[in-house]
Amino acid sequence: MIEFTTWDILRNLLLAARWTVLLSLVSFIGGGLLGLALLFGRISPRRWLSKATGSYIELFQGTPLLMQMFLAFFGLGLFGVDVPARLAAGLALILWSAAFLTEIWRGCVESIARGQWEASASLGMGRLQQMRYVILPQALKIAIPPTVGFSVQVIKGTALTSIIGFVELSKAGTVVTNATFQPFTVYGFVALIYFALCWPLSKSSQILERKLNVAHRNH
Amino acid sequence: MSLIEITEVRKSFGANEVLKGINLDVEPGEVIAIIGKSGSGKSTLLRCINGLETISGGSISVAGAQLAEDEVHLKALRLKVGMIFQQFNLFPHLTAGGNVMLSQMVVKKVPKAQAEAMARRMLERVGLAHKFDAYPDELSGGQQQRVAIARALAMQPIALLCDEITSALDPELVSEVLAVVRELAAEGMTLLMVTHEMKFARDVCSRVVFMHQGRVHEIGPPEDVFANPQTPELRQFLGMTGHA
Repeated sequence: MIEFTTWDILRNLLLAARWTVLLSLVSFIGGGLLGLALLFGRISPRRWLSKATGSYIELFQGTPLLMQMFLAFFGLGLFGVDVPARLAAGLALILWSAAFLTEIWRGCVESIARGQWEASASLGMGRLQQMRYVILPQALKIAIPPTVGFSVQVIKGTALTSIIGFVELSKAGTVVTNATFQPFTVYGFVALIYFALCWPLSKSSQILERKLNVAHRNH
Repeated sequence: MSLIEITEVRKSFGANEVLKGINLDVEPGEVIAIIGKSGSGKSTLLRCINGLETISGGSISVAGAQLAEDEVHLKALRLKVGMIFQQFNLFPHLTAGGNVMLSQMVVKKVPKAQAEAMARRMLERVGLAHKFDAYPDELSGGQQQRVAIARALAMQPIALLCDEITSALDPELVSEVLAVVRELAAEGMTLLMVTHEMKFARDVCSRVVFMHQGRVHEIGPPEDVFANPQTPELRQFLGMTGHA
């Protein structure tokens, strides 16, 4: 029987963790871009547009991420499209992140006083100009802490992609366990690596929140 | 032709009719005070004039620009009438100068240097040239409101709408804002102001409009309206007893 050193285990996990990081980045950035587009739809004065984006958000918030991944993975397969696990994983995570980010940002935009919209409108600005120059710069400040906080959810969300066979940190943990028969050690390391990725983010979210001191500005 | 023509304007919020057919023509250079109890529709009327509220009936035009719902018409109208709000509504992420420059650059596409020069002139005009780089939360209420006036003036409107612009101010700050408005009036700016400053209305305005339950109840030069109110509602509003 082959002996595995602790370093062997850790090295393999760290190599797989690169995929976790990459998938997180892709999901977060992709979800952010899509979320920004959806945000404009969500707060649009056109009823049907805001309703449609609202339904999208409810759909993705109201079903487990795991189901969304299954659907992306097997669902597209039904149409004869051969979907590699990493594509299904990325797609599902992007769509999922976008739904949550849109809702987070909508809250931030709506927390900007109505008077800001009215003042900028009375100066002749169009809706996009109001957003670009008046509302978003203010909303951005409020949005940073919860957005950074949400990135932690994205990282942890990537663990689910192991179930559709994408080899990232969690999947690697299972594989290594099967080879070494040391589940406690292996999953212990897996957890530690996740923690090392997530903790700095949640910590910085807290620090940012205090620094921007959002709730008490102007009082 | 009058500068501002308000014809049979109606406005309802749901089943509640707030404006019940308003007619008012404003000549260039007139200073009009709109007075009345809260809920009489005076703020709503002002907000209708530059399209912050959509009207349910009638028509409004300012120097030929017709009020309509689409963005092109609204923009044309809003370039002609500036508005100043009770709560100042300065943009908190920009300096006083930035507040005055922004809409010039974004809406009128004025080059930055030119917008800055204009901003400095306008801040000077309201006595705040030295506050160009101050952020709104570093300014007093009166100063913020003067910046808001400078911001509206920088768009070179032909009329200004003032919606209770001194109501959110501490008493000692009211006069500095009114002084600026008084000066604008003297320079011939057309002003429509909803106000509770009766003394100011009496001194500065060319006409006073008394609104009651969504209608223009009484209208006339201030000396008539204040000294010789015709209706019991206005007498009551002015605090006169029925037998005075």
